Amino acid sequence: MSFNLQRFWAVVVKEFIQMRRDRLTFGMMVGIPMIQLILFGYAINSNPKHLPTAVYAADNSPFARTIVWALRNSSYFDITREAHSTAEIKTMLAEGEVQFAVTVPVDFSRKLLRGEKPSLLLETDATDPAAVGFATAAINELTFFVLNHDLTGPLAKLRGTSPPFNLIAHQHYNPESITQYNIVPGLIGVMLTMTMIIITGLAITRERERGTMENLLSTPVHPGEVIIGKIIPYIMVGYVQVTLVLLAAKFLFDVPFMGSVPLLVALTFLFIVANLAVGITFSTIAKNQLQAVQMAFFFFLPSLLLSGYMFPFRGMPGWAQDIGECLPLTHFLRIVRGILLKGNGLAECASDLWPIALFVAVALAIAVKRYRQTLD
Amino acid sequence: MSVQQPITNHESLVTPDFAIDVRGVTKKFGARTVVNDIAMQVRPGEIYGFLGPNGSGKTTFLRMLCGLLKPDAGSGHCLGLDFRRESAEIKKRVGYMTQRFSFYEDLTIEENLDFIARLYAMPQRKLAVEKSLERLGMVERRTQLAGTLSGGWKQRLALAACLIHEPQLLLLDEPTAGVDPKARRDFWEEIHKLAAAGLTFLITTHYMDEASRCHRLGYIAYGNLLAHGTVDEVVKTAGLTTWEVSGENLSALADKIRGLPGVEQVVAFGTTLHVSGRDAEKLRASVAPFMSGAHGWTIIESGLEDVFISLMETAKDNFS
Repeated sequence: MSFNLQRFWAVVVKEFIQMRRDRLTFGMMVGIPMIQLILFGYAINSNPKHLPTAVYAADNSPFARTIVWALRNSSYFDITREAHSTAEIKTMLAEGEVQFAVTVPVDFSRKLLRGEKPSLLLETDATDPAAVGFATAAINELTFFVLNHDLTGPLAKLRGTSPPFNLIAHQHYNPESITQYNIVPGLIGVMLTMTMIIITGLAITRERERGTMENLLSTPVHPGEVIIGKIIPYIMVGYVQVTLVLLAAKFLFDVPFMGSVPLLVALTFLFIVANLAVGITFSTIAKNQLQAVQMAFFFFLPSLLLSGYMFPFRGMPGWAQDIGECLPLTHFLRIVRGILLKGNGLAECASDLWPIALFVAVALAIAVKRYRQTLD
Repeated sequence: MSVQQPITNHESLVTPDFAIDVRGVTKKFGARTVVNDIAMQVRPGEIYGFLGPNGSGKTTFLRMLCGLLKPDAGSGHCLGLDFRRESAEIKKRVGYMTQRFSFYEDLTIEENLDFIARLYAMPQRKLAVEKSLERLGMVERRTQLAGTLSGGWKQRLALAACLIHEPQLLLLDEPTAGVDPKARRDFWEEIHKLAAAGLTFLITTHYMDEASRCHRLGYIAYGNLLAHGTVDEVVKTAGLTTWEVSGENLSALADKIRGLPGVEQVVAFGTTLHVSGRDAEKLRASVAPFMSGAHGWTIIESGLEDVFISLMETAKDNFS
């Protein structure tokens, strides 16, 4: 049979009509590229600046002030906290409150004036090597000339080919800047987000699409029994995934396990529930399985890009960080990286647990409300 | 047909109760009234046929009876239980067979039956599944995936699954759509056997032969119950006069008489033509001039189909 233009055109026209009818798919076709454009174009920045920094100035001399001022001026560091002890700095880094901590030791100016080259301590939360690389380079650069204005007159001799003080950079949690240490634990969250949302979205939409839901609802089975019964097998699937990634992290990638694995497993439950809640909510909105997958993708894309999984969270503009803060993956990444790399306990995780819990509450409320409507 | 027999049997029973006894049942979807003020009484052991054009509200009514949809108005009892407040209890005693095959195609026959038996918390589940497989002659096919069954077998499986929890009332929504005549006949044999054993049926259908196999009928159009009773009662109440015309060139004749006063329907039935109307005198006056021709004219008893089409046409004028 020869290629007939009229027949071919009939198919083209029919496809366009169907495309127009499926509003959600049509919206996604336009919406997803727009979201990608906005996220990649405006939100992602692999050279993060204005990173939160704590300063512990045990020696509050003009030199120390100059250094702090210079840090701020470099645009890489925002002095957000003032610490009063090394212990305080440790907590701030563990909880992820600051990315950097600068300590000016007690005898800094005395040693400087004597030409003894004192040390300036820079501590870094290096769980994500990409987030700190540029900033660390910038501070290294600074050491050569930052004090030039202060070193005048008799002190001018301290200016030289080498900096007047030593910068001691202390990279915590991932001293060798191994990217895998950051990515592999994070993968647990990414995988759970993807499979849990798609699978639950499909599982319930499939019942409706195939007409089996009507049958199910005509039996004495309670909606709660249906939803929980459907979710349990996928929670188990989720834990199989978690186990696989953890085993790979340990034995293939040598990721350090600093914290408690049981704690991680326990906290993962809340994250799984959060994703299942999203999946159920989507399934109450989607009219067919294709739409459910599209909606899952619609949620997955910002989760991947704005959570700090692929790109440094703090490199993003404020609005993108605000969106990121709403996503459960963002908080779960902090928890899983915190436990595995920083050795955090429940107390340090708390600040990321409640946002996930809040998310679950909101998502479930929507799901339950929508589910009731779909009965009628 | 032995249709009338079971009714007289049941009237003599001591239980005067109705299996279904509801009134004023109304359901609106937005501004559209899908079921409008319907009353229905069905005796235990009765096969009640529920007829009406597509979209007339039959499925919605069935769904309200088994608690899938909440009625906007109405009261009454289903199996002695308040049909609005006790739908959870009603669900346990009712079997509902959906229009579309709604079991799991990726489960085997046995797994489907077992799943349903579990949902109804059957005390002797394995035994119930076994009995169900035997009764429907599916013991050898138990491990076959439901999705690979033919239409007739799917329908038998669906019926078996509806019966597994030994319900007292079965709501069957177009159970024989797309099923071949032999399988349909077997199906109705089964239905009559079960009804004789005391089960009550409410069945929707579009087939006239199936309608005449029911003990009683209800006809619904645009959400309104337009007629109900036995087949004879429905036909009699409709008061339709039908002429059967035989001869040559019937389609030319049909064109001529269609639209004349009193002529409400002109339908070709094989080699004959049925001309009907509710006003017998007007109809006779209109067709009289054509009787002198080569055609043979006889008055026949109106069929169910003539009656239903007439009811639907009238309903269209009144409600749409």
